[in-house]
Amino acid sequence: MSATAEAVPDPLRPLRREWQRLTPRQRIGRWAVWLLVVAALVWAVRSIDIIPEFLADAPEQMADLLVRMWPPDLAHYYPSVHAALVETLHIATLGTILSFLLAVPVALLAARNVCRVPALNGLAQLVLVSSRSVNSLVWALIFVAVFGPGAAAGTFAIAFRSVGFVGKLLAEAIEETSPGPPEALRAAGAPWGSVMLKGIWPQVQPAFWGVALFRWDINVRESAVLGLVGAGGIGVVLDDAINFFHWDRVATVLLAILAVVVIAEILVTRIRARLI
Amino acid sequence: MSGAATVRPRPTVPAGAPTAPVPTGARRGLEIRGLVKEYVPGQPVLRGIDLDVAPEGITAVIGPSGTGKSTLIRCINRLVEPTRGEIRLHGEALTGLRGRALRLARRRIGMVFQEYNLVERLSVMENVLCGRLGYVPVWRAWLRRYPAEDIERAFALLDAVGLPDHATRRADALSGGQRQRVGIARALMQRPELLLADEPTSSLDPKTAVEVLELLARLTAEAGVPVIVNIHNVELAKRFAGRIVGMAGGAIVFDGPPEALEPVHLRQIYGGEDWL
Repeated sequence: MSATAEAVPDPLRPLRREWQRLTPRQRIGRWAVWLLVVAALVWAVRSIDIIPEFLADAPEQMADLLVRMWPPDLAHYYPSVHAALVETLHIATLGTILSFLLAVPVALLAARNVCRVPALNGLAQLVLVSSRSVNSLVWALIFVAVFGPGAAAGTFAIAFRSVGFVGKLLAEAIEETSPGPPEALRAAGAPWGSVMLKGIWPQVQPAFWGVALFRWDINVRESAVLGLVGAGGIGVVLDDAINFFHWDRVATVLLAILAVVVIAEILVTRIRARLI
Repeated sequence: MSGAATVRPRPTVPAGAPTAPVPTGARRGLEIRGLVKEYVPGQPVLRGIDLDVAPEGITAVIGPSGTGKSTLIRCINRLVEPTRGEIRLHGEALTGLRGRALRLARRRIGMVFQEYNLVERLSVMENVLCGRLGYVPVWRAWLRRYPAEDIERAFALLDAVGLPDHATRRADALSGGQRQRVGIARALMQRPELLLADEPTSSLDPKTAVEVLELLARLTAEAGVPVIVNIHNVELAKRFAGRIVGMAGGAIVFDGPPEALEPVHLRQIYGGEDWL
């Protein structure tokens, strides 16, 4: 039809358009990022001083260690490893509870929909970040200096390391709550405490228990190594066994830790599935 | 009565309002004078609203989206802070109240929301009891030790809104219409002197919307509670309200009984005419 012919004077025009995923600028940017990554990698490898001889016989050394560990000295488990294991669980549990006591107020201050003072939000964020920036082993060293060696130092180390993690996740959960229910309660004249209890808490509850279980799970693993710096738990037994080259005992301790971590994992998964 | 419709600027006394001067402190209803709200300085959403609402009957506020209907309603219970102007309930100024005084004023004003704003993870019963949070101390709310008379009234209201067997169901298990019924019960739990409804039927299907409005009209008439309802369905507004307030561009452009609302007014409120 003549109308169609008029409407398309150049039928190939749509085909001549060129498509490029990236602008030249973006392409240069990507190359620059790759270059930086490679440079950082080279720099890192050069700075860790790998001694070629040690690298070469590493498999041999590992095999030797495994041979010395086998068979594990299972008779050693009861009572010393067992007692240390139970202590580890206590450290993890008490540390987690303590961390929640510390983290809940900080999380409320950090959540911008609850605390509307930006300076306090910032301060709370700073507290949470500094808690996380210090490794639990370093916290343990500090608290061993304060309380002396033992489980108390371990408990506080776990608590202070967990505050940052727990506080951050709780603050995020609080900020993600729907503003509707608390608004309705405010409109009904409810005091702040009641708005929190009935408007915010029910919304945060699943996240709260999820975080609690998850952090307890992590803390069981973390508290297993705290003994290396004298902060109680099964790490002390592990450290002793390594120092005395009782590799069969080391194997027993490692197996015990593995068993506990696996059981904790199963437990947490089960409870969480039921909770949510 | 048909002559009562006016096109603003002058605030009109609604039909049925007492014409004789009333003593201070008596039930004078709601008085709004020169209400201005600017979310962004210099860009008023409400441009000097003057409105009197008698202490009885349903007043429907209609108008296009974004014209400040919701802001107007939320300024009354101060969920939105007015920029200028004065609002009085039975002669007592609501503007300027702070802290406890604001809470005590808010519990005299019930509110029903478009999205219901129920606490999803709490039971229907607890949601209804939330209407008493302005009266019940925090510790009682925490321990769920509500006064027996509140619980009795909550059951009575659940019967009244047609959900007698739903007390122990979780709010998130209800349909939209059922949720709004719970929302109405919660608002009436306050024994309010004024009920605000912000688009209470916009999330409901047409049949449910009529049923919910019928319920709202019946229960508030029985309790003698005046209602201000934002609604964008003109037919529903005319059917249930004794008085229509039309808003456009942040100002009141129509105020009168539903019979007086003519196409000319609707054109003024909503603009254009092809839709009529």
